[in-house]
Amino acid sequence: MTLRDFAIRYGFIALLVGLVVFFTVSTDGFASPQAAVFIFQSVAITGILALGVTATLVVGGFDLSIGSVATTAMMAAAYVMVIMEQNAFVAVVVCLAIGVVVGLINGYLIVYMRVPDLLATLGMMFLLVGLQRIPTEGRSIATGMTMPDGSTANGTFSGAFLALGRHRFDFILPNLIPVSVVVLVVLAVLIWFFLEYTRFGRMMYAVGSNPKAAELAGAPVKAYKIWAYVISGVFASISGILLAARLGRGDIASGNNLLLDSVAAALIGFAVLGAAKPNAFGTAVGALFVGILLQGLTMMNAPYYTQDFVKGAVLVVALVFTFALSNKGRT
Amino acid sequence: MADPVFRIADLKKSFGPTQVLGGVSLELHAGEVTVLMGANGAGKSTLVRIVSGVYDRDGGTITMDGKDFAPASPADAIRAGVVTVHQNINDGVVVALDVATNLTLDRLNGKGAKLFFNPRAVRRQAREVAARMGLDVDLNAEISDLSLADRQMVAIARAMAHEPKVLILDEPTSSLSSAEANRLFEVVDRLRERGVAILYISHRMSDIRRLADRIVSLRDGRITGTFDTKPLDYEGAVNAMLGRTMHRAEIAARDGAHTIFSAEGLRIAEHAKPFSLKLGDGEIVAITGLVGVGKTALAETLFGVRPPLGGTMMLNGKAYAPGSTADAITAGVFLVAKDRAESGIIKDFNLYENLSLPFLDRISRLSVVPRRTERAVARDAISDLKIVCRSERDDMATLSGGNQQKVMVARWMSQDANLFILDEPFQGVDIAARRDIANKLRASAEGRATLVFVTELDEALETADRILVMSEHTIVGEHRNAEVDIDRLLAEIAGQPLKGAA
Repeated sequence: MTLRDFAIRYGFIALLVGLVVFFTVSTDGFASPQAAVFIFQSVAITGILALGVTATLVVGGFDLSIGSVATTAMMAAAYVMVIMEQNAFVAVVVCLAIGVVVGLINGYLIVYMRVPDLLATLGMMFLLVGLQRIPTEGRSIATGMTMPDGSTANGTFSGAFLALGRHRFDFILPNLIPVSVVVLVVLAVLIWFFLEYTRFGRMMYAVGSNPKAAELAGAPVKAYKIWAYVISGVFASISGILLAARLGRGDIASGNNLLLDSVAAALIGFAVLGAAKPNAFGTAVGALFVGILLQGLTMMNAPYYTQDFVKGAVLVVALVFTFALSNKGRT
Repeated sequence: MADPVFRIADLKKSFGPTQVLGGVSLELHAGEVTVLMGANGAGKSTLVRIVSGVYDRDGGTITMDGKDFAPASPADAIRAGVVTVHQNINDGVVVALDVATNLTLDRLNGKGAKLFFNPRAVRRQAREVAARMGLDVDLNAEISDLSLADRQMVAIARAMAHEPKVLILDEPTSSLSSAEANRLFEVVDRLRERGVAILYISHRMSDIRRLADRIVSLRDGRITGTFDTKPLDYEGAVNAMLGRTMHRAEIAARDGAHTIFSAEGLRIAEHAKPFSLKLGDGEIVAITGLVGVGKTALAETLFGVRPPLGGTMMLNGKAYAPGSTADAITAGVFLVAKDRAESGIIKDFNLYENLSLPFLDRISRLSVVPRRTERAVARDAISDLKIVCRSERDDMATLSGGNQQKVMVARWMSQDANLFILDEPFQGVDIAARRDIANKLRASAEGRATLVFVTELDEALETADRILVMSEHTIVGEHRNAEVDIDRLLAEIAGQPLKGAA
């Protein structure tokens, strides 16, 4: 293996380890379980979104609507519990249904209406950003809010639902690991196993690389593409549920950065282990990389407004790794 | 004989440890067509790329009109008077523009190009270029509306606008029908008369017989034969290219046992005559015919890509009407599709992943793909079909065309078929690999019906027990591959009505 191959394959992991060592040495408390959990927690929501968008990248598509699916799910959860006065279970089911329906519509537009993926999901993004504000006439949803007709909403966020955002499991230390981190890890392992080891995942990669060849090998290409958008939609709605549970309200202003952060994580993932293609492990590492960098910089008192700059710089470096250094990107 | 216009001497080129050209010497004379023959991987493409300024050479000299020729870039080579028309036709034209703009495109760049684009001047210049070449294409047409052959004519005309001394044509007929190829040959004749030195790269014997003034054979990066005394020794040239005597493999034509597949009243295109088809166990049937007569349409109909317009199909005594490729595969009907790069190879996948693709559901347990099984299957295929590679984990891009095709065939032979269809399995495949594939097909034919679609008659004669001829989307002739009446066969291919035929 030449130095170049080595750099392409392990460069990003080495950089990640280097960062961890650097922050451990130069700050107090970076290498503690609490800090590690905090990093995971900070990337949980964007990480889940990124894993979903990875599924669409694998089939050669793209999903720009994930951020708005997440916020729509959040608003829907709040609406169901606060205004319709339903329980946590109903709220979760409604959110997941939203993810499935949006994924199906996206897939239908792209596969059957032949709208290019970026445009179809961009349209869906706009549509959802508007739609989530219509039921409450543009207001955020919180317990005891005043309704447009002057009455007061009587419902509350149920305790079980809030636990999704606030409960912590004991792990080594008591009350250490939040639910969102567990959900992230479980979903990451699931989608990783699905894409790498099952025939469905293999076929999805084939569909993304050469749809005609995949079809001639017996794959229902259209169905695979639609399923990828459904996966993306469901993952997005799960992160919307976690977001609502963490905030405890349906905040129309939250979730602005979700789309860009998660897409960045998925694209950074291309560079991990020299994959040069979308992959679940890379996406998870990409999300963690951004989380570690931001946490470390914050602990070193870097100002908050440098965050987007740092993310952008990491993304550009990762893309150079993927496309300039590796031969696979050159087709 | 006059001094050559273009002389290559002792040209060497290596990629890493692999020597691709080991001292090639070659001369091109004005007003002559020199045909360069070579199997896949012999170094033809590398030679062309060096001469056209894409690659640098490692050693040797190239002189043009006695002066050293060392192009730093493709544009440099064109300026010096060496123009190359590449195999991929769409590399030679800009699809988004019209014909006139394409013909004058090269004048938009470089020194002296005007800042503003004057459509009238462009049309005038384009008319000049077209008139000089005898190009019969509407100058206002968009390239995207033209056939491949017309696009290629435009590409050649565009190349000729530079008044080159040397023209290199790299497998120019590989995607043309024979009528289209004839138009190309006329253009080549005209250029030859104007004194252009032409290097024509091809392994189609019909092209070579039609055009060659001289034949040069290339094998493993060395010139193994030069033939320039008339009449040209074609067999000698093929022999030099292969390093062994080529003779038509003797086919012991077998008759199919019980019928495996049959079709009645099948119609695959509007206004096409319905036809019937019976394929027996253990026989290999070749369907031949010109490009565009419906061979691929029939292959795709049998494989469930498209429904027939009429008629019924039976497979092993049961009605067969596949609604999708998956249905066809389940029924044991497999297709090695035409044009492996476009419709076969998954380039992000390695060899064994490409091989297992259609049968993932059969080898998977609980939907988990067992890599060990995949790799074992691939290793068997590698030794079985003599695939040249380092291991089953090789990238497909590292394999030669013939070996890539072997992987495509092996992909579908890893499970037992009832009806095994191969559409143009020998396209872009060197003769050695073609032999390996044909032998494997014949050796394993028992237990299934095999249907091969080929345009080249030689390929049909070398492979099949029975030859069917297609013309205008229907089957017009049938021959047992023993004492074939070649004249009748050719007449059927050409679509000429036979005496007594309705």
